[in-house]
Amino acid sequence: MSITTAQEEPELIQLLTPDGELREHPDYPLDLTAAEKRGLYRDMVLVRRFDSEAVSLQRHGELGLWASLLGQEAAQVGSGRALGADDMAFPSYREHGVAWCRGVAPKSLLALFRGVTNGGWSPDEHGFHLYTIVIGAQTLHATGYAMGVQRDGAVGDGGSAVISYFGDGATSQGDTNEAFNFAAVNNAPVVFFCQNNQWAISESNDRQTRVPLYRRASGFGFPGLRVDGNDVFASLAVTRAALQHAREGQGPTLIEAFTYRMGAHTTTDDPTRYRIAAELEEWKLKDPISRLRAHLAGTGEGDEEFFAAVDAEAERLGEQVRQECRSLPDPQPLDIFHEVYAEPHAHIDRQRAEFADYLASFEGAGAEGGR
Amino acid sequence: MAEKTTIGKAINEGLRRAMEADPKVLIMGEDVGKLGGVFRVTDGLYKDFGADRVIDTPLAESGIVGTAIGLALRGYRPVCEIQFDGFFFPAANQTFTQLAKMHQRSGGRIRMPVVLRIPYGGGIGAVEHHSESPEAYFAHTAGLRVITVANPQDAFWMIQQAVSCDDPVVFFEPKRRYHERTEADLSGTLDSATGMDAARVARSGTDVTLLAYGPMVKTALQAAEADTEHSIEVVDLRSLSPVDYGTVFASVRRTGRAVIAHEAPVSAGLGAEIAARITESCFYHLEAPVIRVGGFDTPYPPSRLEEHYLPDLDRVLDGVDRAFDF
Repeated sequence: MSITTAQEEPELIQLLTPDGELREHPDYPLDLTAAEKRGLYRDMVLVRRFDSEAVSLQRHGELGLWASLLGQEAAQVGSGRALGADDMAFPSYREHGVAWCRGVAPKSLLALFRGVTNGGWSPDEHGFHLYTIVIGAQTLHATGYAMGVQRDGAVGDGGSAVISYFGDGATSQGDTNEAFNFAAVNNAPVVFFCQNNQWAISESNDRQTRVPLYRRASGFGFPGLRVDGNDVFASLAVTRAALQHAREGQGPTLIEAFTYRMGAHTTTDDPTRYRIAAELEEWKLKDPISRLRAHLAGTGEGDEEFFAAVDAEAERLGEQVRQECRSLPDPQPLDIFHEVYAEPHAHIDRQRAEFADYLASFEGAGAEGGR
Repeated sequence: MAEKTTIGKAINEGLRRAMEADPKVLIMGEDVGKLGGVFRVTDGLYKDFGADRVIDTPLAESGIVGTAIGLALRGYRPVCEIQFDGFFFPAANQTFTQLAKMHQRSGGRIRMPVVLRIPYGGGIGAVEHHSESPEAYFAHTAGLRVITVANPQDAFWMIQQAVSCDDPVVFFEPKRRYHERTEADLSGTLDSATGMDAARVARSGTDVTLLAYGPMVKTALQAAEADTEHSIEVVDLRSLSPVDYGTVFASVRRTGRAVIAHEAPVSAGLGAEIAARITESCFYHLEAPVIRVGGFDTPYPPSRLEEHYLPDLDRVLDGVDRAFDF
């Protein structure tokens, strides 16, 4: 007798091949109009352009840091466009494509990375919570929120669902595993959307897990699916199904979107120290945007005029983002004390008054004495 | 209408009032449901409010606080029971990096009306991790309010005030005083109660101000009774963030001396901060340095030694004597 965990891996759920060929999937049918397909293409191109502009803004000293989503556009736009108006998303810090789908202005994301604010948008207005930098913490917030949705009676017909984004590294966190378990025992309407981009800064998948990540779900008692994260159609179809499953009161799902971080972890990272160039070249062949472009061109649903128009729009967006970033107003020194508490707090009030007096003591002291 | 009751029962009654007043108030934690909590503080609430509002959670403190944050984002007001002081630490990340900062980082858009109830302090003969006083970590964290109670009256009002506060409130419960019976009036409306930020002069005196909170208030009052040489004014701080320095300074300016007693280790404890603030603001009124009496800078000892670790009446009076021997 021997102990074994060997198991055959099913294929990735894929609707669009890297060559742009559409494949029917028995479990995840997707009926998109040509206009909807063009919309997804436009989203991905614009998001990639915004992202590359942000990298360049960091290089020019306009941002302190940027975490590029390059290569993950399909996973983010596909899942982001699966969300309904009443759904709530809990991002990590790389979900610029989801933010785009939720109507968060690019400049609001830049404000965070420029050091103007630690937040920057209204989560309720967009159904998109603030970025969370501590790895995996947001998975519990999403689960708690989903428990609130249950208590509001908002599960069932016309109900809403919650989605939590995180990466392969986050699956090692206790919080993520606690979130899986809290969601499972409460049957909470939450979708766990893991973008497995193969790298947690410099650590490859085999430093995080011994089993494929989607399989983690089975131990917690809910379904886990592995989708081609570079396929926007599959990402959309699978997320839609999982959200509907949640809305209907059938509980959580883990989606592992198998994708690749084509850029560095952030602008401070140097991937040449830990991964080989050939790997990137291999993944370039699976690029999410070029495969949809090939599909649209092949079916005639997108022509050269359309592609050129999207490219031109992307250039305008890049220019607009650059301008907006540079004109973000700096916060004022006394903003340090703003909104620390919702209700007055004597320590903060005293320190604010003392610091205001201190700053005022420089007024009229001239350039030499000023700060 | 005053009656004899306990801190445990008064918190229970306060929670019941809060749940009746607002359907968004939830109780969550380990064993808070049918069992009523290991100290029975939530006794009967599960029966009367149901499993949707009194939630037995998986045994995971980070999960408790993390999902409470999510529930608060959805408009709920969760009251989390952390079973013992020493079991809080798995929830430290969610509390310090998420709960405490959410209001400010959202530009004030998000409110976090979450209460963390933590039984704390020693003196019950418990095993390791069941007797600690971690309040300084919380008081050091921007965005949290930290309060603690010393009697059933305050317990009844302050738990309700904590629940109705739009900031996260860490509510420390003196576990060795849970079942002591004293007079309290558990009727009346919340607006007649003293604010939870306010300190209280628990006993008037003229010679020295003895500052204490939570389980040490009773010890301080006993010390004041026992001291026939000095007239000791006892101030129950009640709130540790913010500290009601107005009341503290007024007392110290009258008496000219201050002694601070707490169970937590003295170094970098609440007493250190309060001593510094008294020195900054009352320097010319002081007849002696501010004296601290507290736990040692050691791990909390095995329970057979805890009577030596915890500041008792004699150690407090020794501190008072030092304020006069100077």
